[in-house]
Amino acid sequence: MLTLDDQKIKFLEETANNIRKSIIESLIEAGSGHSAGPLGMADIFTALFFHIMRHEPENPNWQDRDRLILSNGHIAPVLYSAMAHAGYFPIEELKTLRKFGTKLQGHPHREYLPSLENSSGPLGCGLSQATGMSLADKMDNGKSSGKQFYCLMSDGELEEGNVWEAAMLASKERLQNLTAIVDRNNIQIEGYTEDIMPLEPLSDKWRAFGWHVQKIDGHNFESIIGAVGQAHAEYSKPSVIIANTIPGKGVSFMERKYEWHGKPPSREQGLEALKELRTLEGKIRSEHE
Amino acid sequence: MLNEKLNLNPKIFDEDVERIPIRKGFGEGLLLAGDADKNVVGLCADLTESTQMHLFARQFPERFVQVGVAEQNLVTVASGMAAMGKIPFTSSYAMFSPGRNWEQIRTTICYNDRKVVIVGSHSGISVGPDGGTHQAIEDIALMRVLPNMQVFSPCDAIEAKKITLAIAKTKEPAYIRLAREKTPIITTEDTPLELGKAEVFFAPPMNAKVGVVATGALTHKAMVVAKNLAEKGIAVKVLNVHTIKPLDQEAIINLAKEAKAIVSVEEHQIAGGLGSAVAEILAKHYPVPQEFIGVQDRFGQSGTQDELLEHYGMGLSHIESAILKVLERKNNPQV
Repeated sequence: MLTLDDQKIKFLEETANNIRKSIIESLIEAGSGHSAGPLGMADIFTALFFHIMRHEPENPNWQDRDRLILSNGHIAPVLYSAMAHAGYFPIEELKTLRKFGTKLQGHPHREYLPSLENSSGPLGCGLSQATGMSLADKMDNGKSSGKQFYCLMSDGELEEGNVWEAAMLASKERLQNLTAIVDRNNIQIEGYTEDIMPLEPLSDKWRAFGWHVQKIDGHNFESIIGAVGQAHAEYSKPSVIIANTIPGKGVSFMERKYEWHGKPPSREQGLEALKELRTLEGKIRSEHE
Repeated sequence: MLNEKLNLNPKIFDEDVERIPIRKGFGEGLLLAGDADKNVVGLCADLTESTQMHLFARQFPERFVQVGVAEQNLVTVASGMAAMGKIPFTSSYAMFSPGRNWEQIRTTICYNDRKVVIVGSHSGISVGPDGGTHQAIEDIALMRVLPNMQVFSPCDAIEAKKITLAIAKTKEPAYIRLAREKTPIITTEDTPLELGKAEVFFAPPMNAKVGVVATGALTHKAMVVAKNLAEKGIAVKVLNVHTIKPLDQEAIINLAKEAKAIVSVEEHQIAGGLGSAVAEILAKHYPVPQEFIGVQDRFGQSGTQDELLEHYGMGLSHIESAILKVLERKNNPQV
C-alpha cells in the first residue's frame, strides 16, 4: 500500500511546499500564531494526508477512515493547510485563521470544524485520546480492524505526565494500530528542550515503556513513509516514530530558532518567506541529499 | 408528611431504616446499563471495588479497562473511546476524578463534546477516617462551571441506580457524585425519576413557611428536621435535587414563591455548590432570604461520619437552626 516512486515523491515535495506557503499566508493574515512547528511538520502532514492515510475529504464521517489525532493543537496552521489542500474545505478559507467566527480557531476545535477528530490545545492529552480510540476499535473488532490511529505530538509536550500514563496503557493493551509521531525539533516556547527539561535518551524511554521505536529524518518522504510502513508491520505493540525535524523548515530566517515557536511573521517577513518558498518548488529535500 | 405520589420509603423515619451506601446503587445501575447497551464501557483507576465498578468489570471483562492509578489518562482515554461510539463510565474517588483531572475533563470531554460519565465516589466529608485529603467537598463546584457538563447528586442508592441507568441514554457529558458510607434509603423502586426534575419529598398540609432545597444523603436529615418542626407547627417543605445542573428552575422558584425563605443543604463547600446555584436563580427571579448548610471554607479531618457532619455544621441541629434563622429573617427583614 505504501509504495513510493520518484514521481510520487516529487508530487509530495511540491504539495508540502504549497502547504508551507499556505501556512505563511494564513499566519500573515492572522497576525498571531505559531510558525516554526507547522513549517517543520509540513512534510509529515503531507505524507499522511496525501499518501498514507485512508480518508475521504468529501465524506469526512466515513466510519472506516484512519484517524489523525493532533495532540499539540498549536501547530494548527499545518493541519488546516493540509486539510484544505486535501479538499476538506476551500483553500481560500485559510485566510480566516484565528479571526472571529472562523472555522479555523487558534487551536483546533471540532465544534467549528466538524471534520476534525478532536479539539486540542492543552498539551499531553492526544496520546490518551488516540489510545482510547484504538482501544474502542479493538473491542469492536477483536484483534484489529485495519483502521490506523495516528497521534501527532510535539517533543516539548512529552514533559507532560499524562503522555506517559497513555504510553503505559497503550503498551499494556498491545495497541498495534496506534502510531505516535513525535516532532523532534528540539525547541519549545522558552528555549531548547534539552535546556528546559532534557528528554534524552528519548528512544530508550519509549522502548522502556514497551513501544516499537524508530528515529527518522522528518523531511525525507521515503523515511517517513517507510517508517509508517514498519509501524503497520509491528503486530505486538504500539509504535512511535521520533521524527527529527527542523523547526521553521523552508524559511531560512526561521529555521532552528526557538524564537519562532510561538509567533507569526510580520507582513514583510511573510512576503520574504513566500519568495523563498516559491523558489523552492520541489526542492526541499532531506538533509542527506 | 411524605409526598404520597412518590412512593417514598415508608420506614424513612424509623430508627431501623435500611442504610446502604449510595455507591452501591451506581454499581448495580452500571451493570443494568451494560446489559441494556453493549456500547457501555467501564474504566477505572485502581478503585474498582471501592467505586462498585467491579460488578460491571466481572460481568463484562471485555468492556472494562483498568488504567491504573492515572486519573488524567482515565478521562482522556474515555474521551477517545466516546469518539468511537462507546458510552464510557469512568470511576475513581471524587477527590482524584474530577479533583485531579479537571482540565482534561474540560478540554477532552466538555470542549470536545464527548459523552463521558465521570463517577466520583467517596465525595463529601463523611468519607471519614481517611481525613481531609480524601474528602471531596469542591466537586460540585468544579463540574457545575463546565459548559456541556450535567451534574447529578443522588440522595440514596436506589436513586443512584436509576440515575446511572438514565444517564447511559443521554447525549451530554455527566458527573455523578457518590458517597462511601451507608446512608438511609429514602426512595423505593417505584419512586419516579426524571433527570432534571426536582421533587418535593416532604410537605406539610399547610403552606410552607420555609423551603429546604437539599441534595445527596443530607436530604434525609433535612426531612427528619422538617418532620420534627411540623410537629411543633412550623411548616417546612423539602425539595430533593438530584440534578444540580441543569437545575430545575421552576421547582425552586415555585418553592421560593410559596415559602419566601430558603435553606440549601449539601455536603459540599458553600461556595459554588447547590446553594450557590439556587441563589443564582433566586437572585434573578425571586429574591428571598436564604441560609446555607455546607462546609464553610474549611478542609475536613479524620473522624466518623456523624462526628464530622456535626463538627462542620451539617447535623440535624444545624439544619434546624438555619431554618429558624431564615424564618426570623423573613419575618423581621431589618434583623
